[in-house]
Amino acid sequence: MNATRAFGRIVWRTWPGRLGIVFVGMMVLAALVSLVWTPYDATRVVPSDKWLPLSTTHWFGTDGAGKDLFSQVLVGARTTLFVALLSSAIAALVGLTLGIVSAVTPRHTGEAIAHLIDILIALPTLILALVLVAALEGSLWTVSLAIGFGSGVVLARVVRAEVARVLTHDYVLAATAAGSSTWRTVWRHILPNIAPIVIVQLSLVAALAVLAEASLSYLGLTPISTPSWGRMLEGLQQSASVHPWAIVFPGLAVVLATLGFNLLGDGLREAIDPRLHTRVATPSLAFNATIERQAER
Amino acid sequence: MTIDTEPTLLAVTDLVVDFGAGAVVDRVSFVMQPGDRVGIIGESGSGKTLTALSVVGLAPDSASVTGSVRWHGQELLGRSDRELSRLRGEAIAMVFQNPMTSLNPVMRVGRQIAEPLRLHHGLSRSAAGAAAVELCRRVGLPDPAHAARAYPHQLSGGQRQRVGIAIALACRPALLITDEPTTALDVTVQAEVLALLHDLIEERDAALLFITHDVALVSGITDHLLVMRKGTIVEEGPTAQLVAAPQHPYTAQLIAAARATALEDA
Repeated sequence: MNATRAFGRIVWRTWPGRLGIVFVGMMVLAALVSLVWTPYDATRVVPSDKWLPLSTTHWFGTDGAGKDLFSQVLVGARTTLFVALLSSAIAALVGLTLGIVSAVTPRHTGEAIAHLIDILIALPTLILALVLVAALEGSLWTVSLAIGFGSGVVLARVVRAEVARVLTHDYVLAATAAGSSTWRTVWRHILPNIAPIVIVQLSLVAALAVLAEASLSYLGLTPISTPSWGRMLEGLQQSASVHPWAIVFPGLAVVLATLGFNLLGDGLREAIDPRLHTRVATPSLAFNATIERQAER
Repeated sequence: MTIDTEPTLLAVTDLVVDFGAGAVVDRVSFVMQPGDRVGIIGESGSGKTLTALSVVGLAPDSASVTGSVRWHGQELLGRSDRELSRLRGEAIAMVFQNPMTSLNPVMRVGRQIAEPLRLHHGLSRSAAGAAAVELCRRVGLPDPAHAARAYPHQLSGGQRQRVGIAIALACRPALLITDEPTTALDVTVQAEVLALLHDLIEERDAALLFITHDVALVSGITDHLLVMRKGTIVEEGPTAQLVAAPQHPYTAQLIAAARATALEDA
């Protein structure tokens, strides 16, 4: 618990980390709040209230059907967050599994998997998503699966290269010489050393997922019953020349969510790598290290 | 693996390591009894490190290793990694050359010292942690409780190598293999680390296989010496005798080189 808090404090210390926490935090808050409360029913159509401007009763105004935009943005955060997290989780599973297995298994198996990864990378993520949505049905699961898988194979290539790099380090040999099994070494020594890069990659996946979900919803490929920022954008852009303010909010939401995940990734990377924050354990050790270093010169 | 009653600790017979372009280690044989302190000396590329790695099955996968390595009479060559890993760090431990790279940079050193204890002796996290602090104290790290919580980059080279020694000796191995353990350190720290190694070996009654290119180092810490060149042992004998009266010209050359360096330093 203490370690988690210390970790959070380090993320908070950097500006990217701080902004990332704020933006992603706002989205999480919006999603959670929408579960228990929204000012209006996000799907309630009130023809007499259409295109109301910003006011104390309708914070973000209303759309052409008289639906409250603030309520819709809140509810849309749920969809975005769900897709972002599920896509990242699937990408992590696919990327780490393929990447690590291809790097630590005997040469021929490893290379076969690497070639498979290269072939899979050639499939464009969004097209894959379109095909999957068309073939199966347009659910958030399908969308996440496509984004997660598409990003996962790209991640696998990064992971494979990173694991190969870490494997050449003496401390991996030292761990083996101390009796650590291959999988224990992977878990205790290799994973922690590739974690910073994986975390940054996963935050990029989350950011990409936000955009991809918005794009697919915009194209009408997610279920019509699912409230989503992309779908809002699609509905509002038709009247953008007449009611330009309305489109600002879902647009801003997508931008901040994407930016938030990217910045959070930066902050996490710095926090997770102890070499990047120059905190010294104890004065005595620091003093001794300095003395010895001077002696070494 | 069961420990046989065979008294001979380690018997290496006709060890050959080949990467496909001729033997890099060529028919190397030697025997160690419990508590023996043997040095392997030779220039870089003489095959001394590969010999040591092959003993515990850590030669690169691309190498073919043949001959025989017997531990308490039991053949080790050809055994699976799973079987060997029970021996590694428990009965046979290693200290590596470069303490800057042989420690995991993102793991606190206390946890790294505790790892072999948890692996082989099944200690709980807290018991192994306490043992690690005690080992930090024993290898002479200042403020052991804090040192155990440090990351490698927060320690100096000498301190890191002390951590390396603590990891290797954690499970009280019967044989400690050290591969140029002081080469990456400056001279004063070198002497301290060597003295520590000497004391700990003595105290635990462990056998030592000490690999180096530096004759000046072996005389204090080893009893028996193997001189390696181009993959073969060219001369062997008691350390004192070999240093005083080398028979092989290569040995003489190594000793002369060490004397010259010593004179320069003085």
